[in-house]
Order: sequence, then structure tokens, then C-alpha cells
Amino acid sequence: MIRFDNVSKRYHSGFDALSRVSFDVEPGEMLFLTGHSGAGKSTLMKLIMLMERPSNGLIIVDGQDLGHMSSGQIPHYRRNIGVVFQNHQLLFDRTVFDNVALPLQIAGLPHQEIGRRVRAALDKVSLLEKERLNPIVLSGGEQQRVGIARAVVNKPSMLLADEPTGNLDPELSEEIMTLFRQFNDVGVTIMIASHDVELLKRMNKRILGLVEGKLVHDGVLW
Amino acid sequence: MKSQRPSVTGAPRTRPAVSSRGASATPRPAARAPEPEQPARPQGAVQSKVRLSHKFDAYIAHHSTSAIDSLVRLLDAPFQSLMTWLVIAIAIALPATLYIGFANLQQLGENWEGSSQISVFLRPDVSDLKAEALRSRIAARSDIAKVVYVSPEQGLTEFKSHSGLGDVVDSLDKNPLPGALLVTPRLQNASDSAITSLEQFLVADPSVADVRLDMQWVKRLQQLMALGKKLVFGLGGILALGVLLVIGNTIRLAIENRRDEILVIKLVGGTDAYVARPFLYTGLWYGIGGGLFALLILGLGFLWVSSTTAQLANLYQSNFRLQGLGFFGSIQLVLLAGVTGLAGAWIAVVRHLYHIQPR
Repeated sequence: MIRFDNVSKRYHSGFDALSRVSFDVEPGEMLFLTGHSGAGKSTLMKLIMLMERPSNGLIIVDGQDLGHMSSGQIPHYRRNIGVVFQNHQLLFDRTVFDNVALPLQIAGLPHQEIGRRVRAALDKVSLLEKERLNPIVLSGGEQQRVGIARAVVNKPSMLLADEPTGNLDPELSEEIMTLFRQFNDVGVTIMIASHDVELLKRMNKRILGLVEGKLVHDGVLW
Repeated sequence: MKSQRPSVTGAPRTRPAVSSRGASATPRPAARAPEPEQPARPQGAVQSKVRLSHKFDAYIAHHSTSAIDSLVRLLDAPFQSLMTWLVIAIAIALPATLYIGFANLQQLGENWEGSSQISVFLRPDVSDLKAEALRSRIAARSDIAKVVYVSPEQGLTEFKSHSGLGDVVDSLDKNPLPGALLVTPRLQNASDSAITSLEQFLVADPSVADVRLDMQWVKRLQQLMALGKKLVFGLGGILALGVLLVIGNTIRLAIENRRDEILVIKLVGGTDAYVARPFLYTGLWYGIGGGLFALLILGLGFLWVSSTTAQLANLYQSNFRLQGLGFFGSIQLVLLAGVTGLAGAWIAVVRHLYHIQPR
């Protein structure tokens, strides 16, 4: 599903965010990405999202070589990946429903289909009764769930989450993780960046550990 | 992975928006049970045709929602939009006014051109009889279409009735006007040399005091108008550039204001065209709105000036009436303004929107 082969990323400032990182992720796998801030977690995610291009190396996602993808293809590629951010990235000028509907509107789905899928996604994150509210009135955990609903509403084959539980207390982050696990159960590949060690221990999944841009750990136990 | 895409959100269900607490009490089959799911990329020709027509419908739908949304956004901030519209309207109305003015002058010039008359003024001591003889002599020439003799008395009566100076004329004890012959040459496209030779023939007669070629004035006027037209187009071009920059800058601000939205849309797979569409429509609305306000300004100015012009024309015995832009001219003006607005928005989109990339 995801293959990194000797991938390095050096920013214009000369900072080496990633150096010679190689790993493989199977379809349907759920794994964590960990390391201190600045270790390269976000950079790795941005490379998969094609928000950045690698300085060196090969990245293959879903059989497509990202190095050979033109900027015109990027939007269509991104529609197959759901993203969840620490700061939710919700739009506060529209309702919860319209926030979740955005990827479907972009993909050009028929009106009724959008309504059906958005309600199904909101139901999944238990926010169906709040569809008409503005997300600004929701709690942090609820906002994060709206973000998750938006990430999965397009039925992507892969879900990336960058510190999805960063601002949440343990109970809420457990709730979020349960959601992710449910998506993984139906075959979605899930990669979660987190530096919450307790959480990593509880989840007991494969972990990629980054230190100063180098991959120093790949396996279940830390 | 592609052949059996999992459902993340569960089967499409139509259920009323009840509280999810109630929903969680009942077993939720969503996403758990394997379900018949349509493939990610349909292979059948029929299916892909349906998909394509869906895509096309969605494309049209996004155009109309973008158009309506952007107009609603403009009307939501009426004062700000009105300001922009008026700036554009003034920039359009100025060259348009000049254009209308010159078009009218040109029309006036064309009327004169048709009667390329030569006025031959006779010496004061020439009697009506002698003048009549000269008239028939000139009229006999092959290059002359018509000659009319205006006696000093006739001339005075005409002057009295049209100049509005009747009282002054009455107080004169002697008629100061000479007799005149109004000569209309037959020359269709009178060459300069033919006109000059005719003029020389007329001047050579001993009873002729002076020869005036009205055509020369027409020609000078035409030259002036050609110059004026160039000025109008130059000014129009500069002001169109101004409109372009005003709209471009307004759109740039709109783009900055919606930066977050643009980033999110690009992250969830919105194409550049998708993101740009509402802004291009905004530019179009700015242009069309500005064009309509320009028409309003022109219309008011026309009303203000036209009655005065009519009076002036009457004084000169002319049935000349000021011509406005007309229906098609008005539509052209608004369309032109709309296209300029679209172009301004396009410049802003290319310069600013495409550089906004999620980081």
C-alpha cells in the first residue's frame, strides 16, 4: 500500500527532515508513527499527501509512483486518502454537515448520494444530531470526530492522522482510537502519528520510530 | 485493494436525524458486515457512462452554485460591493461618454459631407440680374449639380429669423449682406485638384468677391475626429487596465480572506479549477455590475444633456438628435465589462490562488 525506498527530504533551509527512510505498509494494516517533534513524522505524512516532494528516494502509494505524478493528478490522488489533523482544519463558516460533505462535493457526487453518505459518516462518529450546528460550538473531541467523519466520508482506502489525540484527554482519545480500529476492521489502511507512549502501548500495533529523520525502530514492541 | 474497496462509512442508509444515543442502543450493522459495495472504478461501459454523466451534472451544478454563491457573497456586503461597482462604473463611463460624443460628432460630419457645398459671395454692387446670369453660366457647367442664388434681401430675412438677432438687424439702416450663390458640385468623390480648378474658375469671375469651400472644414473636422477617436481608445485602454487591476486586487483580498477554506479544499482533493471557480465568478459579477452601473451613469448623463442638445440643434436648423448607445451597444458594454472583470479575476487567481498550497 505504501512503500518508502531510501527516502530523504532536505528543506531549502538545509534541514534534513528525513534521511534514507525505507519501509513497507501492507493494505489493511494499522500502524503508528512516533518520535519527538521535529523527528520527521509530519514530513513523512506530507510526503504521502504530496504536500512535499522528496529530495531523494522512491515513494509508491497504491501502486502509483508519486515521483511521476503531475500536479494535475494530485487532487485526484488525494481523494483516495483521508486525513485527520490535530487542529481539525474545520471550516467555521458552514455547518457540520457541509464540512463533512466537502470531499463529496469536490468529487462531484449527486446530491442525494452526498446526503446519504454524510449522514452515514456522522452516524458512525455519533454526531448525527449535530449536523446542523456550526462546528465552533462543538467540544474538542466532537470537532475531532467531525474531522474524522470528513476524512472517511469519501470511503478512502487509506487514512492518515497527524496527532489526532494531541489535545484530548485519555478517555476521548480512547474513543477516537476505537473509531480508527473500526475503520481498520473493514480494511482501511491507517497510519497514525503520535508521541503518546501510553497510547502506543495500549494499542499494541506496529510502530515506526523516527529519531532525527532516521527510522530507528520498526515493529510491535518499542 | 482496488478490486474490493471497503466501506468506511457503512451502507448508505436513509434514517431520520434521531439522537445517536438511541441508535447505539440497537445493534449497528454499519461497516461491520461485509456489504455489496460498488467497485471503486467501474469497469462496464454503461456504468462509466453513467458516472461520466454524473460528473458532468456535478460540474454544471458546481458552476451554478459557484455563480449564485459568489453573487450572494457580494450582496451580503452591499456597501463594499457598491464601492467596487461604482469605481468600475466610473472607469467605464468616462471613455464610453467620449465614445458616444465622438460617434455623434461623426454623424454630424457625415451629414455635412453629403452637401459638399461651395459658397460664392458676390461683390456688393452686383445686381440681381447680373447674378442670375452668372448663376445660369455656372449651372451650365458639366461638373455642377445645382446652383441657388440667394439675394441680399433673402439673406437678410434668413439671418433675421435664425440668428435670434432680429432687433439688431432691424436697427441697421443698410443691408450689409452681399448676394451669394450656393454651388453644389456634381463630383462624387471630388479630388482635390478638381475642386481647386473649380474654385479658380469661380474666383476668376469679376463679380465674385470670395469663395468658401465648406468641404475643407469637413475634412479638418474629420482629421480632428480621427485624432479624437484614437484618444478615446487610448484612454479606454488605460481605464480598462485600471478596471483589471481594481478587480484583480479585490479578488486577491477575497482569496486571502478564504485562505483556510482553499487549503482544506486542496487537501481533500479539490482541483485548482474547482477552487478558482467561485473567484472567477466573483470577478465576472464585479465586471457586469460595474457595466450596469456605468449604463446607469450614462443614461442619467444622456437625459441631462439631450434636451439642451436638441434646443441647440434647433437653433442651427438641424434635426440632429443626440444618439445614445442603443440596446445592442448597451449589451456590448456590459459584456465587455464582464469579460474585463473575468480577466482581472483570472490574473489574481493565477498570481495568488495557485500559490496557496497546503504545507
